[in-house]
Amino acid sequence: MYFNGIYHLFYQYNPKGAVWGNIVWAHSVSKDLINWHALEAAIFPSKPFDQFGCWSGSATILPGNKPIILYTGIVDANNTQVQNFAVPANLSDPFLRHWIKPNSNPLIVADDFVNKTSFRDPTTAWMAPDGHWRITIGGRRKRRGMSFLYRSRDFFRWTKAKHPLHSMAATGNWECPDFFPVSTDGVTGLDTSVIGPKVKHVFKVSLDLTRYEYYTIGTYDLESDRYVPDKDMIDGWNGLRFDYGNFYASKSFFDPSKNRRILWGWANESDSTDKDVEKGWAGIQLIPRTVVLDPTGKQLLQWPIEELESLRRENMEMSNLELKQGEKVEIEQITAAQADVEVTFTFASLDKAEPFDEKWDRYDAEKICREKKSTVGGGLGPFGLATLASKKLEEFTPVFFRIFKDKDKHLVLMCSDASMSSIEEDKTKMVDGKDAYRPSFGGFVNVDLKDMKISLRSLIDNSVVESFAAGGKTVITSRVYPVMALYGDAHLYAFNNGTETIQIESFNAWNMDTPEHMNHELKD
Amino acid sequence: MKIGISFAVAVLAAAMMVENSAARGRRKDEQLIETTCTNTPDYELCIKVIREDPSCATAPLQDLALIVVAEIKRKTEEIIVGIEKLQKTGPEEMQPALTKCRSYYNAVMVGNIPVAEQTTWGNPKFAENAMADTKNEAVMCEKAFGKIPTPSPFTKENKYIADVAAVARGIIRNLL
Repeated sequence: MYFNGIYHLFYQYNPKGAVWGNIVWAHSVSKDLINWHALEAAIFPSKPFDQFGCWSGSATILPGNKPIILYTGIVDANNTQVQNFAVPANLSDPFLRHWIKPNSNPLIVADDFVNKTSFRDPTTAWMAPDGHWRITIGGRRKRRGMSFLYRSRDFFRWTKAKHPLHSMAATGNWECPDFFPVSTDGVTGLDTSVIGPKVKHVFKVSLDLTRYEYYTIGTYDLESDRYVPDKDMIDGWNGLRFDYGNFYASKSFFDPSKNRRILWGWANESDSTDKDVEKGWAGIQLIPRTVVLDPTGKQLLQWPIEELESLRRENMEMSNLELKQGEKVEIEQITAAQADVEVTFTFASLDKAEPFDEKWDRYDAEKICREKKSTVGGGLGPFGLATLASKKLEEFTPVFFRIFKDKDKHLVLMCSDASMSSIEEDKTKMVDGKDAYRPSFGGFVNVDLKDMKISLRSLIDNSVVESFAAGGKTVITSRVYPVMALYGDAHLYAFNNGTETIQIESFNAWNMDTPEHMNHELKD
Repeated sequence: MKIGISFAVAVLAAAMMVENSAARGRRKDEQLIETTCTNTPDYELCIKVIREDPSCATAPLQDLALIVVAEIKRKTEEIIVGIEKLQKTGPEEMQPALTKCRSYYNAVMVGNIPVAEQTTWGNPKFAENAMADTKNEAVMCEKAFGKIPTPSPFTKENKYIADVAAVARGIIRNLL
């Protein structure tokens, strides 16, 4: 949340270990979303209504500029979930270090129609024109994902609506619902309560069952007090995602200082637990992204916050470089392990695009990326970047495109493939044959190719690669752990393994500095 | 005499009814265990581990999973004792593998098991990940011995833990 010139981030944290457990609301503050200082935990178990855990929730800024937190408290060893509130102990402390949880908690407990161990993650509240606050809470009824709706006049007495804000059959438990408006101007961010003619709404859930999220764009129908996805939206496992890689439990907030909506996402570790215990930490928050409505109105666009550019240092530029089939070029003079790379690829023709196999599942991009890796030749593609690469490509994490011809249109597949990211042999296969530690993430990019070009931005940072295609239409985050391509031994290549020659129209890469303040404890 | 026979028949009938309904109750619990174990990679192992705990008769699905997690915990404690013993008395060439295995199973003890114990109820995806990783740690321990001349002294134990972890994962998946 943003409060009086300072950004606050609260996150689920285990002060006692590098695995999930002993969860508290850790608290960090920043003036620029880049340099962070850690404070003491804001919320931790201390009362009967959260004795067994303080799980996720959201902050709302009430009129009069008063922050309030709603969060899920755990009340027994079976993880029964209730919803509590906390308020700052001292509003004149700019860092809002201390929070109090009055004994009027819990505010909301599960009724008989709610599964009390699947009842969590209250959202930021919004006020409807009738003057009542609303929040939505994630859960399920058997296999139907549910987003329960609660209303309140005073923010303390909440009544459950007879119907949920939204639900969907056969999706399993819904966690971390996020419900927010976006402007149809595609630029301005909106406060969570905004409603109007130039406004669409976005509804996102995190799926317990699959460990990924999906969103739809639609309308908040005030009469029925429901969220209604637009007709052509896919509402279910095959729906649009903020990120087709390692990205979960995301949450957006409105930043009034710059009128933007910012999205935070969590990426867990993709290595084995013994590595996490050894290194003493696990899990990262990805670079915050602004979120706006795409001009087509059919999806969102994300882009790293502009403040990130303050970490850019030495720049390396090039243009009009040709990559024939099988060619690769090394991007030297760049700290390849820690870089911000923007590149635009162009091509003369779509004719060589390979046909899209009718038998493929259009909604399983990951499977296609797994079968058609960057080393498998093609027509128009595969081309892209080989990140975190060892000199002879024993290790590399390619981020690349492969374009298919599908009847009368073209499909652009983006892959971020971790399968060759490390030569370390702790790689083992899961029961279903997939290597969950080194997945071949993929997502389609819904972009018009009439200009015969496609852009890619990759933020490369040692064990994470966040990649944005076509200005943020499709985003994929990967966690990788090379043992050779480390620090000064990491290399960056651009490559093309398709028969169609690719031109690098423009290429811009920056060394990325580390922030001055990296979440160390704030010293008074 | 007629009354006596009727009474005997009534008592017999009542006794049979009681036995039938108890049997029906037992069948329902057995059904849960059987269905649950069918959804795991090793049905026989699953049944064996669960049935060793008498509380399994009335246990809900979450507690069946926790029975299996408890077995993994016991076996992990045992193998750690075995590893530590060999670290003190075993041959030099075994030490690198032993060091790795110690680290892998330490992660299982301090990381995966507590996570599974705490999240099987109410947040099972973390428990599922923990069990999937436990299997991998066991497999990696066995692989560590593959790289040295001396054979693994823990092949049976590593395989058992890996297999039981896979069973636990299968059970927990039903909770998602």
